[in-house]
Amino acid sequence: MFQTVALSGSRGERQLFSDISVTVKPGTLLAVVGENGSGKTSFLRMLCGLLSPDGGAILWQGKDIRQLKELYYAQLTYVGHLNGIKDELTPVENLKVSACLAGDESSNGIVQQALEAVGLGRPVQRLPSRVLSQGQKRRVALARLWLSTRPLWLLDEPFAALDTAATNYLTHRLQSHLSQGGMVVVATHQEIALPPDCIQHLRLTR
Amino acid sequence: MSQPSMSEALRGVVRRDLLLAMRHRSDVAMSVFFVVIVASLFPLGVGPEPAVLRTIASGVLWVTALLACLLSLGRLFTADYLDGVLEQTLLIPQPLAVLVVGKVFAHWVISGLPVVLLSPLLGLQFGLSGDSLGVLTLSLLLGTPTLSMIGAIGAALTLGLRGSGLLVALLVLPLFIPVLIFGAGAVSNSLAGIGSEANLSLLGACFLLSLAFAPWATAVALRIALD
Repeated sequence: MFQTVALSGSRGERQLFSDISVTVKPGTLLAVVGENGSGKTSFLRMLCGLLSPDGGAILWQGKDIRQLKELYYAQLTYVGHLNGIKDELTPVENLKVSACLAGDESSNGIVQQALEAVGLGRPVQRLPSRVLSQGQKRRVALARLWLSTRPLWLLDEPFAALDTAATNYLTHRLQSHLSQGGMVVVATHQEIALPPDCIQHLRLTR
Repeated sequence: MSQPSMSEALRGVVRRDLLLAMRHRSDVAMSVFFVVIVASLFPLGVGPEPAVLRTIASGVLWVTALLACLLSLGRLFTADYLDGVLEQTLLIPQPLAVLVVGKVFAHWVISGLPVVLLSPLLGLQFGLSGDSLGVLTLSLLLGTPTLSMIGAIGAALTLGLRGSGLLVALLVLPLFIPVLIFGAGAVSNSLAGIGSEANLSLLGACFLLSLAFAPWATAVALRIALD
């Protein structure tokens, strides 16, 4: 179980949110919604441990993530606002490297299957990532989810720049992860086509 | 659930950075050309007098190595910071200091090792004897990793700041001074026929000290930069 307790955060002088207490149970998705600048990305980065909260705590299985550190990182997969891929490397190389560093299966076959699952065929897989479109780069970043066996996924605007087909691939992947008892926190502006009983919403306001 | 071992994570970071360097061969070549050109300018400017060249050799070659390291520090974390790879690196379930060692090692292989390998050739331009060339190479082999270690702290502290290139120079150049003194001193002592073991030992000590503290300090600075 994943919880925030009276979490508050700010950027510079501006208070972004305060006193946020939410619980994400296995098999549920927390959709963080709100206007641009309402603090969704900061909230997500805080849940990763990349940003320090002003107050409150983030608990993983009842323990503060600041104490768990690497043990907590081993439980999560984060796809941020930035894709986290290298333009000089091919999609296969990018995914192999990130899977290897995450401790996931990183054989050529598995990586190619993951890229095919997000709709990137073999010819595209061999191109340098710098020649890919924004949507294709986003697909490469999201292909990590097809390799991840970690229970907690933190996704920042995962549907941004995706076409309908890729949105459907991702929605199915999220559904499959939730059905296996996984937890997902998504910062998004879009409605997610998942059964309402497995989605809870958190609205951040400016 | 999967988790990389420490050595797997370390190897992964090194392999990625070396692969990127292979794709950016021009950057590596530029560092090498910089060293060759700067070191070659001095004999042209000072004149062909062998005694003068031998006197300035250690200082010139060490300052050149130091500047080459400084020039390449911008590449250490900036690209990773801008494309989001640094965020992902911070979330690898292994101590960040260990991953920093991997990045610094790759940086040294790309920017420091070519200088070490070229140094006998560069030393010949200054009329260094065989023994002194050996000492020069050994001193650079011990000293350049320390420069990369110290430089990483500065690169991490100035990450994301405007004008970080100049700032990193102001931050790390004073910290390079002991390495420069011991490194250049080792070659000078060798030329003077005095043993250079003491200077080389001090360079070794500097390296061990930097290996113990710099990755930890760099890791803290990186977390602050992304906070």
